Amino acid sequence: MNKEITRQERADALGGMGCKRKRVEDARFTQGKGNYVDDIKLPGMLFGDFVRSPYAHARIKSINTDRAMALDGVVAVLTADDLRPLGLHWMPTLAGDKQMVLADGKVLFQGQEVAYVVAKDRYIAADAVELVDVEYEELPVVVDPFEALKSDTVLREDLVAEDGSLPDGAHGPRKHHNHIFTWEVGEKDATEQVVSDAAVVAEETMYYHRTHPCPLETCGCVASMDKVNGKLTLYGTFQAPHAIRTVVSLISGIEEHNIRVVSPDIGGGFGNKVGAYPGYVCSVVASIVTGVPVKWIEDRMENLMTTAFARDYWMKGKIAATPEGKITGLWCHVTADHGGFDACADPTKFPAGFMNICTGSYDIPTAYLAVDGVYTNKAPGGVSYRCSFRVTEAVYFIERMIEVLAIELNMDAAELRRINFIKKDQFPYQSALGWEYDSGDYHTAWDKALKAVDYEGLRAEQAQRVEDFKAGKTRKLMGIGLTHFTEIVGAGPVKNCDILGLGMFDSCEIRIHPTGSAIARLGTISQGQGHATTFAQILATEIGLPADNITIEEGDTDTAPYGLGTYGSRSTPVAGAATAMAGRKIRAKAQMIAAYLLEVHDDDVEFDVDRFVVKGAPEKFKTMKEIAFAAYNQAIPGIEPGLEAVSYYDPPNMTYPFGAYICVMDIDVDTGVTDIRRFYALDDCGTRINPMIIEGQVHGGLTEALAVALGQEIAYDDMGNVKTGTLMDFFLPTAWEVPNYETDHTVTPSPHHPIGAKGVGESPHVGGVPCFSNAVNDAFRAFGLRHTHMPHDHWRIWKTANELGLHG
Amino acid sequence: MIPGAFEYHRPKDMEGVLAVLQEHGDDARVIAGGHSLIPMMKLRMADIPHLIDLQDVQGLNSITVGDTITIGAMVTQHHIIENHALASAAPIMREASLQIADPQVRYMGTVGGNVANGDPGNDMPGLMQCLDATFTLVGPDGEREVAARDFYEAAYMTDREDEEVLTQVRFDKPQGGFAYEKQKRKIGDYATAAAAVQIVKDGDTCASASIAMTNLSDTPIYSEDAGAALAGTTVDDTAIEAAVAAMLGDIDPTEDNRGPIEFKRHAAAVILRRAIARAWSRA
Ligand SMILES: Cc1cc2nc3c(=O)[nH]c(=O)nc-3n(C[C@H](O)[C@H](O)[C@H](O)COP(=O)(O)OP(=O)(O)OC[C@H]3O[C@@H](n4cnc5c(N)ncnc54)[C@H](O)[C@@H]3O)c2cc1C
Repeated sequence: MNKEITRQERADALGGMGCKRKRVEDARFTQGKGNYVDDIKLPGMLFGDFVRSPYAHARIKSINTDRAMALDGVVAVLTADDLRPLGLHWMPTLAGDKQMVLADGKVLFQGQEVAYVVAKDRYIAADAVELVDVEYEELPVVVDPFEALKSDTVLREDLVAEDGSLPDGAHGPRKHHNHIFTWEVGEKDATEQVVSDAAVVAEETMYYHRTHPCPLETCGCVASMDKVNGKLTLYGTFQAPHAIRTVVSLISGIEEHNIRVVSPDIGGGFGNKVGAYPGYVCSVVASIVTGVPVKWIEDRMENLMTTAFARDYWMKGKIAATPEGKITGLWCHVTADHGGFDACADPTKFPAGFMNICTGSYDIPTAYLAVDGVYTNKAPGGVSYRCSFRVTEAVYFIERMIEVLAIELNMDAAELRRINFIKKDQFPYQSALGWEYDSGDYHTAWDKALKAVDYEGLRAEQAQRVEDFKAGKTRKLMGIGLTHFTEIVGAGPVKNCDILGLGMFDSCEIRIHPTGSAIARLGTISQGQGHATTFAQILATEIGLPADNITIEEGDTDTAPYGLGTYGSRSTPVAGAATAMAGRKIRAKAQMIAAYLLEVHDDDVEFDVDRFVVKGAPEKFKTMKEIAFAAYNQAIPGIEPGLEAVSYYDPPNMTYPFGAYICVMDIDVDTGVTDIRRFYALDDCGTRINPMIIEGQVHGGLTEALAVALGQEIAYDDMGNVKTGTLMDFFLPTAWEVPNYETDHTVTPSPHHPIGAKGVGESPHVGGVPCFSNAVNDAFRAFGLRHTHMPHDHWRIWKTANELGLHG
Repeated sequence: MIPGAFEYHRPKDMEGVLAVLQEHGDDARVIAGGHSLIPMMKLRMADIPHLIDLQDVQGLNSITVGDTITIGAMVTQHHIIENHALASAAPIMREASLQIADPQVRYMGTVGGNVANGDPGNDMPGLMQCLDATFTLVGPDGEREVAARDFYEAAYMTDREDEEVLTQVRFDKPQGGFAYEKQKRKIGDYATAAAAVQIVKDGDTCASASIAMTNLSDTPIYSEDAGAALAGTTVDDTAIEAAVAAMLGDIDPTEDNRGPIEFKRHAAAVILRRAIARAWSRA
């Protein structure tokens, strides 16, 4: 008994996995001591700023930089003509397309980069931008993807052969000059057969509007070319610093060993900082040309208007079922608006990301998905905003289709989900669209969630509310939003996941210091997720040294091992696994050292929390601290000095976090104002490393979900002007708009991950959006609504109520 | 979002302010809290070579409360919320101020800036019209007074001359029940529709009512007819609908990201009904 307590105390002292360790990052962030890219100031540094197109589609007749160059303090003005000799006027995109760095003869979206001004200070640069004279000739603007596929207007002349034929794109044949790709998964004929034979079919078209990740810190960089030693240092807001280094090397011709990329503290990424932007390329070129460092930091409007957007999917669905509600097939067609260049950030083989997770949490035997990518006169992007590649779109689609099917069947939507869930004993589960779900226990989570909110009671209250509304006693309706999501995160196995040919493994390198503390470096980069806290916890448990004595370092390509960065909830599933595996290598060597020190055979010692003990004689032990010291001060026969390990982890599969969310919302039908009365979120992310960080991630993700569902959009007018270019119109919720969240969990560890963890940073966003949206839709179900598009801002809700005749 | 270059002036008194204004005319502009002006400068929608900061000018910071209430131009929205005498004498001032922007903005934003700006989104102009306030302006030719109800001409166009400074707002201590009702998309947003209502009750009937609407035209809208529709009634549904109809006849909203015109008219009606009901219940 006594011994057990001691053991627990020893474990507690480590601050390892499962404990609510306070975030070590917060001391510096809350005291304004973070070091973000705009905090970097180098001697002689110049500042860059862009001349941007006011038009969404125009030919450039001339650019005259004379007046700008004449301004005192202006050092250079770059145009496409200056970049052309270097071959840098265009750059490759992550999606296999190419993108103009600076407008080459024409512009394709409002805000596109036309010229890059370099000046001695930020203010002069901004003044000079106004002095660059650009003569435009306006061209017809295409902002609607369906129109684009019919339009005679050619957006990308560079992708049309001289004889007018269309060369294949990166993902196969193209059907029209504004068409990018068709991506098909599953069985088309079989699915269409199931749909046509089915007793019940629900059909719906839903628009998942264009929005933007909008991190608090915008994108930026400082490029510094040292002409003496030929070394380029590039500081920037990069979610994948190593990939950026490789890309910079490939497009600039600078040898990769001569490039050092550093991601300092990053103020949120959410996918916006995955891609490579013209600002980076121009800053690098400017530093090479001038021989001094050049800083470029975009402002809020530039960030919202030009750096990567998210979503913009038109999704048409058909879901087939038996009269009892057993789903027999799912058909989905997506028209994907990619803007002027296809700069989606997806693994190479997946032009629509993991949209084929759209069968969701359900056992659907037959399915088919087709996605058509389309060019329009909008900004490029298509990143995964707080989600794995297109997973938000997929989950929104299936969770709305389930609701529509429930209406078609006149059935309760919670029950409809329950009878279609993949059962616990079906895992690992092979989905009709090609994924192997690693683990899950959906029924348990679902029942727990329904019980927690008294689902039956809520439905009874809602029915009463409808009666009261009809009797004129209230003008408020009540919506109950349900969602059971399954994510696919942790990209991913190198056999099918790469970006620009770089396999999506990740890495960790550990050095144990003689006094028993350590530094671990990873190929990922925190943007607020708290890696320095949680990865130290994984290691504390794996190697038996206190988390407080383990430094976690990321983001400097000169020191960190190669990795593909942080997005798609991949840090814990991939780099977290590498961390555990590297820790185990440390432990294996420590075991040999311990055995030597204890004068027994290697197999006669075993790991016990923070030490190796002689089996059967726990009083004989060596702590990890002692072992670390011995590794550096004793000559041990057959064992090299030192205690270090590296692991590159290629995950055998993705992980599949899931969750059950319920939202209770009151809606004022006269003003369209929504009031979230309750939000319950149950997450199953497998093994829980730090419950407090999980809760923080859930709160943040739900808040971004609320934003997207209730108002956050990038809207364009018919001329391709961005209507939502500032935070006055682009909705970022404040504390006032955010409800109280109730969090809960179940734990279904991933069977293939070394510590069973699945990733959680994105789950709440993925599950939250359909949950809020379902609540709005559900409020009007009794009045005949099947589906209304997001964002559910006041006027759109009012319009829905109005069209249902609820305003008398 | 980098402003153009400007010269910064920080005079100690009004003579100093007027001197700079006279010297530079159109090229000079006063700055109070800066929370409307600085965004315009950063967007380069306003190019102001000479900026005159009013922070050090004496005599613009006081609130006096009696039968007449005066509020200096440099009094912030935060000060209004904090001032107990004002809150009890004219509670609508506090109720409205609490619905302006967020605490950070309210620490900086001033009454003078809010009413002089001429942005149809600002809440104070409609409120001042509801209270039948008088603005004091000082210029090279001395002081003059203008009624809030006569001050606004179009978006960003007011009766104020370029060389004049607004020094204070003044209104009689309001009587009866009040309400400031505002619909907005989020904290920090301007109104989708807002209504300022004061109602004086005499026995069971409404003796008089004053109604002004915000962000529903290119100026604030004082709807005399809406107020008249309530006077002499028991503020029953018929009277309220008459007031709403009169108000709808006076406003002229435009479409923006807050919604199309039909929605704004609908929201204006709902907001006014609610404001009247609340003001009446307090009268
Ligand atoms: C995020 C945000 C949200 C906001 N939301 C609201 C809202 O909901 N409702 C609302 O009403 N306001 C809102 N505002 C505006 C805010 O209340 C401003 O403070 C106010 O409109 C202007 O006051 P100011 O002191 O900042 O004026 P400034 O910005 O300094 O000046 C505005 C204009 O008035 C002129 N001016 C200023 N003082 C005088 C004077 N004494 N005499 C003559 N001219 C003068 C200036 O020259 C300038 O043209 C918001 C502002 C922000 C940034």
